[in-house]
Amino acid sequence: MSVATADPNTRTFDPTVYHVKKSAEGVALDIKDFNLWYGHAQALHGINMEIQKGEVTALIGPSGCGKSTLLRCLNRMNDLIDELSIDGSIMVDDFDIYGPGVDVIALRKRMGMVFQKPNPFAMSIYDNVVYPLRVDGITRKSILDETCERALRSAALWDEVKDRLKESALGMSGGQQQRLCIARGIASDPEVLLMDEPCSALDPIATAKIEDLIADLKGHYTIVIVTHNMQQAARVSDNTGFMYLGRLIEYGHTDTIFTNPKKKQTLDYVTGRFG
Amino acid sequence: MVEHTVASFDEELQGLRSAIMEMGGIAEKMLLDATTALVRRDVAQAQAVVAMDDRLDDLQRKIEERAILTIAKRQPMAIDLREVISAIRIASDIERIGDMAKNIGKRTLAVSGQFEPQKVVLGVNRMSDLVQSQLKDVLDAYTQGNLEAALDVWERDEATDALYTSLFRELLTYMMEDPRNISFCTHLLFCAKNVERIGDHTTNIAETVHYLVKGEPLTAERPKKDRTSFEHVEHTGK
Repeated sequence: MSVATADPNTRTFDPTVYHVKKSAEGVALDIKDFNLWYGHAQALHGINMEIQKGEVTALIGPSGCGKSTLLRCLNRMNDLIDELSIDGSIMVDDFDIYGPGVDVIALRKRMGMVFQKPNPFAMSIYDNVVYPLRVDGITRKSILDETCERALRSAALWDEVKDRLKESALGMSGGQQQRLCIARGIASDPEVLLMDEPCSALDPIATAKIEDLIADLKGHYTIVIVTHNMQQAARVSDNTGFMYLGRLIEYGHTDTIFTNPKKKQTLDYVTGRFG
Repeated sequence: MVEHTVASFDEELQGLRSAIMEMGGIAEKMLLDATTALVRRDVAQAQAVVAMDDRLDDLQRKIEERAILTIAKRQPMAIDLREVISAIRIASDIERIGDMAKNIGKRTLAVSGQFEPQKVVLGVNRMSDLVQSQLKDVLDAYTQGNLEAALDVWERDEATDALYTSLFRELLTYMMEDPRNISFCTHLLFCAKNVERIGDHTTNIAETVHYLVKGEPLTAERPKKDRTSFEHVEHTGK
């Protein structure tokens, strides 16, 4: 590691290296000078990152580097944690999601989220998918039916479940449950899809289906994915951010990150020379 | 470089490097011996060179198998991936170098006992000296990851090409002087061409070292002095 001075306050850190592949559609999320503290412990340090619209952005880094924390900030999932404080901004279009008077519920509708373990509700497949619409007060059957089919088709699940929509979602396989969660995540037609280790609890075939799905959803949605599987990040993403100790070390074109990274820390991590 | 968390990965990469070094050593010896055998008309030595090529082919196959296995097992990234790909490429260059040295050995057997203008044979010998130092230096550059040394070899090949062009002209003159020289001179011309091609393979290896160290291909155009493709000789009709 390049930093090894004894006193943490006098440590100097190299600035982030950027070589981002820009999207023609512009920037979906603009993270500016973002800092985050859990109590007195600073978990994110001066993150500056432009998430490209319609592209897949992967966040990689060792456990505890802050990548999940950063992902959760994007839809304010961290709000409920005690003693959390932040500084800086995350801009979506022209408003700051941490600005005053932001409707968090409305924000989360724009940011679908998929978690590490599939978490379908204990209700039917159909009810799971249309849940976000029912929360919004939409009850018209034609709209619900249409949305359910569209979301399940987008999640490459329709053909497998179309004959058992009224059965419990808990009877599905893990991979199907995860795709169901993705279908639920996109039912409200969000702009951004946040994925926190979406494949870590799945077998290789289910993983391949999710990766295939990510490729299909790309373009229509902006996707941010946190993953421990570096080959997966290399396969599915356009840009990759490498984080370490709460800092963004290098953020840029995925091909470069995995073939010829610019920073030694990134190189050590992607080649398995860490710790 | 820091070691991998998985130590056996380091061993696999080191194994590839050692095998390449062994191949390089054999190829250097083959070129030296083939040239010596040609100059001295030493049939036994020429036969020994021909026999050495099997070991080289064998090593190349092993390197390829191990490299493929490493890719399948470890999914190497960045510098590690380049290390594996470079091993495959360099092994195939050295294997070709072996084939060409072997060909010089075979031709030495074919021309033994024929007329021989010693001056031209020495010309081939001089070319071979240049190429031997290119081969040695580029293999050292690979071992040390020395970019400058690799680029130096890459540029030096120009001198070999120039020497080849002048040898080519000289051999044509001998052939025109007396048709009885044609058989020997043609064999010698192929020997010279083999040495020149070996020089080209050393520049290939230099380019691979560049890719290995820098992570990007060498894009500049290499200086070329081999003009023989454009040579034309008027028949005097004597």
